[in-house]
Amino acid sequence: MLLALPFLTDELLGRGWVRILDFALLFIMLALGLNIVVGYAGLLDLGYVAFFAVGAYTYALLASPQLGLHLPFWIILPIGALIAGLFGALLGTPTLKLRGDYLAIVTLGFGEIIRIFLNNLNAPVNITNGAQGISQIDPISIADFYFSRSHEILGITFHSVHQHYYLFLALTLLVIFVSSRLQYSRIGRAWMAIREDEVAAAAMGINTRNIKLLAFVMGASFGGIAGGLFAGFQGFVSPESFSLMESIMILCMVVLGGMGNIGGVVLGGVLLVVLPEALRNGAGPAQQWLLGKTLIDPESLRLLFFGIALIAVMLWRPAGLWPSSTRRRELEAVDGVAQQEQDTVYDAKH
Amino acid sequence: MSDIKAPPLLQLSAVGKHFGGLAALTDVSLHIRHGEIYGLIGPNGAGKTTLFNILTGLYQLDSGSFTFDGHSYNCCKPHLLAKAGIARTFQNIRLFANMSALENIMVGRHLRTRTGVWGALTRNTAARAEERETEQRAHELLRYVGIHRPAHTLAKNLSYGEQRRLEIARALATDPTLLALDEPAAGMNATETESLKALLQTIRDHGITILLIEHDVKLIMGLCDRVAVLNYGKKIAEDQPEAIRNNPAVIEAYLGGSHA
Repeated sequence: MLLALPFLTDELLGRGWVRILDFALLFIMLALGLNIVVGYAGLLDLGYVAFFAVGAYTYALLASPQLGLHLPFWIILPIGALIAGLFGALLGTPTLKLRGDYLAIVTLGFGEIIRIFLNNLNAPVNITNGAQGISQIDPISIADFYFSRSHEILGITFHSVHQHYYLFLALTLLVIFVSSRLQYSRIGRAWMAIREDEVAAAAMGINTRNIKLLAFVMGASFGGIAGGLFAGFQGFVSPESFSLMESIMILCMVVLGGMGNIGGVVLGGVLLVVLPEALRNGAGPAQQWLLGKTLIDPESLRLLFFGIALIAVMLWRPAGLWPSSTRRRELEAVDGVAQQEQDTVYDAKH
Repeated sequence: MSDIKAPPLLQLSAVGKHFGGLAALTDVSLHIRHGEIYGLIGPNGAGKTTLFNILTGLYQLDSGSFTFDGHSYNCCKPHLLAKAGIARTFQNIRLFANMSALENIMVGRHLRTRTGVWGALTRNTAARAEERETEQRAHELLRYVGIHRPAHTLAKNLSYGEQRRLEIARALATDPTLLALDEPAAGMNATETESLKALLQTIRDHGITILLIEHDVKLIMGLCDRVAVLNYGKKIAEDQPEAIRNNPAVIEAYLGGSHA
């Protein structure tokens, strides 16, 4: 299903939509990264896009004429994740004692600082090329396989967007795997304990400083990977792509989908990338058909619907569309003892 | 009870703590021996919880020092004191409400286990064995404190008495030498208090020293080997329960001057 999706989309909706799918995958990776910080550890981060930017600029600088470097993709991507992780620690260290609103304000500032730095690091030494951004970034390639060129494999023509789809899909699955393994581990439990009650977590022997830093670093490195892929896919990066609005969109994906639940976050990512695009493409023709003319600009309609959807979800499903599965796990007691006890309860009832 | 001549497990020397102009604790010295149940009583605001918070690293003391298990601490992080072997419960229950009963206890095993990111990702043999052991231990502790509910019940869905017990189980999961309980019987009815008393005796019989803050005089008198009384941040008495009951200073603190 996931493998056939780009071809189905291509046939039914056109190539532009495959590109949108690619972006959906990138945003799912971002949302999953933010989910570690916000969903698991409960640290509200409003500047998450900064790590996306760090990853993207790392790729751009190491594989473009800007610095004259052209490192291969498979080396840059881990470097991007690493550098983004370092920035995660950089943000995490001074904010360890902050929580809630205060943390949100500092992280918001951090996101803006990174963007403004990227905007202004063109003087005295031109590093980021300022607001014009970096162009002619090397396309993603593994050995001689260029993802930007069409290939014919087994009689099927794979276009650039198709190939990127499979690459992004593979990495998204990797990110999902890492997230879920961490969630159900000693580390994941420690994150959740901090989210639930930091004082009690510390009193139970959790080194809250290290565990919180780890959440920042892991979350940031996911953002760095998504950023690198973004730069290679677009071939161009500029500070404009990393505004506060992007941070808020990613946060919305996490919150709308279901904080702390991987499935929910993925759903949130898909919906918030695909639905606005559908509205953008569908609202104009629909008005033509219904009213004979375009009354409202589709672009503003998109924001209107987005706002309404946000309010609706927060009113009727405050835990997100697909909330965390604690309830389900309560029912599926896997271990013998709990199963036995449940059976007893069941017997007593029947 | 252990040998009285052996060095005490916990020794407080002239501990002082103030918040601004308010002296919460002044020159409090006391010692707790291995294997005893030590009661700490006093009117509201006497400084009992402050003392707990110092022992567990939530507050730093302003003067004096304390030694625990032969090591001196005068400023310390909570997780290091937990590692040293002091575990606590809270006066107002502080469980991880949206985690299951089992997970709450498993969090308590955090500092006695080692799996890191790599172990979590690869789920190698060591990580799997540790996880199994942690889970098994958590199940044992659930039964030990007498919570007979599906282990995956969320902590917030447990009854009040069960939540108090779960906090004790979570604290026990850290393998403490000293278990510090802050009003564990608060809000319990007589039956629940009676079974709590039995539980605390079992815990002590298993070699864990207990420090107990409690307002339930019956529980304190029936359970403790020795009792200290705090009033306005000062220790006004320390003795065996019977003697405390007849101590004029204690009676005055509780009932006012005219009764002394």
